[in-house]
Amino acid sequence: MHANNGTDPHAIGTKLPAPEARYDLVVVGAGPAGLAAALAGAGEGKSVLLVDENPIPGGAMGNDVPLLFGGRMTAATQNAERMLETVFMSEPQLEAAMDAGVEVLLGTSAWGVYRNGPGITGLPESVVALADKDRGWIVGYGELVLATGARDLAIGFPGWNQPGVMGAAALERLLTRYEAFAGKRVLIVGSHDLALHTALLAQEKGVEVAGIVEVRAAPQGDAALADAVRAAQIPFYLEDAPAEAIGGIDGVERVRLRSGAEIAVDTVVLAIGLVPSIELIDAMGGSRVLDGARGGYIPGENAGVRCVGTCAGLADTGFDHVEYRMDWARELGKLSAAGTIVCQCEEVTRGDLLGVQPPRYLERPAPMAARSLDTLIQDGPPNPDQIKRLTRAGMGVCQGRRCRDQVAMMLAMAADGPFGSVPLATHRAPVRPLPLRVLADWEESPEMRAGWDVWFGIPTQWVPYRDIDTPREREHQVAIADGWSL
Amino acid sequence: MTYVGLPTPSETPQETMAKIAGTAAKMKVVIVGGGVSGLSAGWWLARSGASVTVLDKGIVGWEASGRNGGGASHYQSPLFVEEQRMWPHMDELLGYPTEHQKERIVAAVTEKQLNQYHYLAKMNNDLGYRVDLLTGDQVRAMVPLTGDNCLGGMHYRFGGHANPQRSVQAYAWALQDLGGRIYQHSPVTGFETECGKVVAVHSGSGRHECDAVVVAAGPQIGALMAKLGVEVPLAAARAEMIVTEPAPMMPIGGVDGNGLYGRQTMRGNLAYGGGPHEWLETFEAGPPARPSSPLTRNLARRVAELFPKAAHLNVIRSWAGIVENTPDGRPIIDRMSDPENVVVATMSGVGFGLSPASGHAIRDLVVDGQCSFTDIAKLSLSRFDGIGADWREQRGWQAPKAEIAA
Ligand SMILES: Cc1cc2nc3c(=O)[nH]c(=O)nc-3n(C[C@H](O)[C@H](O)[C@H](O)COP(=O)(O)OP(=O)(O)OC[C@H]3O[C@@H](n4cnc5c(N)ncnc54)[C@H](O)[C@@H]3O)c2cc1C
Ligand SMILES: Cc1cc2nc3c(=O)[nH]c(=O)nc-3n(C[C@H](O)[C@H](O)[C@H](O)COP(=O)(O)OP(=O)(O)OC[C@H]3O[C@@H](n4cnc5c(N)ncnc54)[C@H](O)[C@@H]3O)c2cc1C
Repeated sequence: MHANNGTDPHAIGTKLPAPEARYDLVVVGAGPAGLAAALAGAGEGKSVLLVDENPIPGGAMGNDVPLLFGGRMTAATQNAERMLETVFMSEPQLEAAMDAGVEVLLGTSAWGVYRNGPGITGLPESVVALADKDRGWIVGYGELVLATGARDLAIGFPGWNQPGVMGAAALERLLTRYEAFAGKRVLIVGSHDLALHTALLAQEKGVEVAGIVEVRAAPQGDAALADAVRAAQIPFYLEDAPAEAIGGIDGVERVRLRSGAEIAVDTVVLAIGLVPSIELIDAMGGSRVLDGARGGYIPGENAGVRCVGTCAGLADTGFDHVEYRMDWARELGKLSAAGTIVCQCEEVTRGDLLGVQPPRYLERPAPMAARSLDTLIQDGPPNPDQIKRLTRAGMGVCQGRRCRDQVAMMLAMAADGPFGSVPLATHRAPVRPLPLRVLADWEESPEMRAGWDVWFGIPTQWVPYRDIDTPREREHQVAIADGWSL
Repeated sequence: MTYVGLPTPSETPQETMAKIAGTAAKMKVVIVGGGVSGLSAGWWLARSGASVTVLDKGIVGWEASGRNGGGASHYQSPLFVEEQRMWPHMDELLGYPTEHQKERIVAAVTEKQLNQYHYLAKMNNDLGYRVDLLTGDQVRAMVPLTGDNCLGGMHYRFGGHANPQRSVQAYAWALQDLGGRIYQHSPVTGFETECGKVVAVHSGSGRHECDAVVVAAGPQIGALMAKLGVEVPLAAARAEMIVTEPAPMMPIGGVDGNGLYGRQTMRGNLAYGGGPHEWLETFEAGPPARPSSPLTRNLARRVAELFPKAAHLNVIRSWAGIVENTPDGRPIIDRMSDPENVVVATMSGVGFGLSPASGHAIRDLVVDGQCSFTDIAKLSLSRFDGIGADWREQRGWQAPKAEIAA
């Protein structure tokens, strides 16, 4: 018999902990869809946990997580307690949910969903991993509802990497739930329903809307909405696009359009599209499908998990969002230069991305400099994760939120293929950047501690070659194995 | 203590390259598996003038080779001296950056760890490889992110680390620059044998004729070699890592300890792994998924303990990779007797750092039938002759439950 006697003390075994709490229903996201699901669950007598990451910590907002805030929030967002109050007051249904017995946790993000399946069998049960500003923990669920909404789609252009270029969802959040938008005059990019809603909302909230820029020949959204925008005296710039955002130390001051028009604004709102927030589904290895009419990748069928609201897909109006985005990406790509930044966290330029060049702190010897996306594509279809490994685009602290969509579109264009020909860059837990001390399991089980080893705990692996099959081998094995359980 | 240190190389890597040039001219070699082992072997063979074709079921380096800790300090291996000789020259020889950095510090935060690390230091010193013991204050001075809880450590005056993803691609590109061909998305499905030799390899990209074959397909080696009637005992398992946003650069990035392995990348990120693994079933088509688990939290804790001054840094990603292990955890690098033109190479879970050397050894076995620079007899497959069918169960290495299909 082998010394292990049939058990490997360093294998995962039953070391992964049971959840701290368990609910019949866990709902992630307290927008209208999540609130409705939580209230319905409570109405059926279920134990319900509803979490929402709002208010987002100021540091995360500064990194444009989870939305493209573009640095245009007021100082109020740095006051956590005040924000908690503001968020709570902004949504009366939260109080209704609490009255109905729902446990509501604000300022709490869901950063992972774990379940047994391909490649993993060691979990005691399916769990959602949560974190607030102080700690991380896991909870079990009977049913999981994801109501995580949609996030901003960002496409870069010269000057977009400065304060004042933000997303429509971020603007909506700052104007409504947070009451903390720091801009005064905005230019809106895109003209589908999202852009038209955004323009009207901004105006209603007292923000001046300098115009709507549309790359296609006509406004793309609902005709009645477009009429409402016209009635509000908001001009359309058709068959046009932002060629450059020009600014100073506080960010954007004006925008030059391709047509030559210069518009003085402090904020450019990217309202080209929203992307359903499927990162939890993707990170848990769940199924997803591409549906251009519903905003891109949306969740497929996933046992035990129900997706509701916009995270399940935008309303299908027959409009192909993906085609529309690609039109914008093509145009903004043309207006960009080799030095235009694509990935803000890692400062990867368009030229370096298309050249699959390494970051600036590495040398680029001649063979390296001669490589490009074109040579890489000769070896197989482009994959965003491979591009990320080589260029670092998408490897930064925003977890690729600011560039993942445009990188995918750039790859599809380079390969002359449809958007769907490029695989989705993978999401992995934690789907929010979380400090080590918050993520850490400070209540680790003794079993985990006792079974910990650097690497597999196979003593024979580390015996020096010359000592193999000598009396010293046994000595090393015993000493190495005794010292384990690090 | 006097150290004999690492032997002074009798020749420079550049001289070795000159010596092997043309030694395998006209030889057609097919390599199954585009991880670091297969790609390094392909590069060495192409340097010898062979016509090299690498077949991979997916993208080069997509499995363990692109998901590991990047450590390169494997004193236990017969390939160690060659590993140390080659790494500092790899960027220049390949023509592409690998981010190789020298040396390693291991820091302890418990007495038990300190004792363990001291034992390993002594083991190395007995081998003549210099490892200095460090006090807690010395560690804190050399590793600014450590804290008051550090009890001491050791400093390997050898070894180092590199960027796995960049290194894999560097091998692949360098191989192509020498005329080698890489077929991605091209799984090998079978072999054609004639008179005790493999004459062609069947794959998703068609039939590839060959004079010699290298099977370096990681966990899939077992199923592939079974097609040739050779049994290779391997068990696959999942191992996990996490990475943080960039921290201020430390003078030596190769820092591990507190039961972790890992490195600070040249960008500043802290990338660390360790802790329990999960034994898995092996599928011929490759792993259906490489999920991470809530072990992420235990890793985060250990990193925060190792680097208290980095505890506020954000973790931005976790991942997992699948590695195969032999029953004794040591590599198999061996040329078969039947079919006699097949070389098998599994690094048994520790193969990234050794890759410049394993490729050399594989090249030697393919071209000359034996390793030219060190004895690797104890890495032969025959050591497992007659191993019981229940070897996994004996070790507790079996997959605990059938994996649930996707
Ligand atoms: C400018 C603008 C104007 C609009 N005007 C209208 C209108 O007039 N009428 C109308 O019906 N609709 C309007 N909409 C659309 C409406 O806002 C959305 O349809 C609706 O909010 C979607 O609801 P939801 O519950 O699916 O997602 P959301 O309301 O987006 O809620 C999702 C919530 O989940 C949270 N969340 C996401 N991921 C996590 C996580 N991992 N952990 C914790 N929490 C998480 C989010 O932060 C968010 O709070 C407008 C949208 C915009 C952008
Ligand atoms: C989390 C983790 C951390 C690690 N840390 C370190 C470390 O710090 N230092 C170190 O030295 N090592 C480390 N390792 C181990 C190291 O990664 C591996 O030993 C090494 O990468 C093995 O390389 P390989 O080329 O032999 O195998 P692999 O990387 O597994 O490559 C095998 C290749 O074969 C291909 N393949 C499989 N089947 C077929 C088929 N039928 N047809 C064609 N192709 C096929 C696969 O797609 C794959 O690309 C670590 C591993 C992991 C997972």
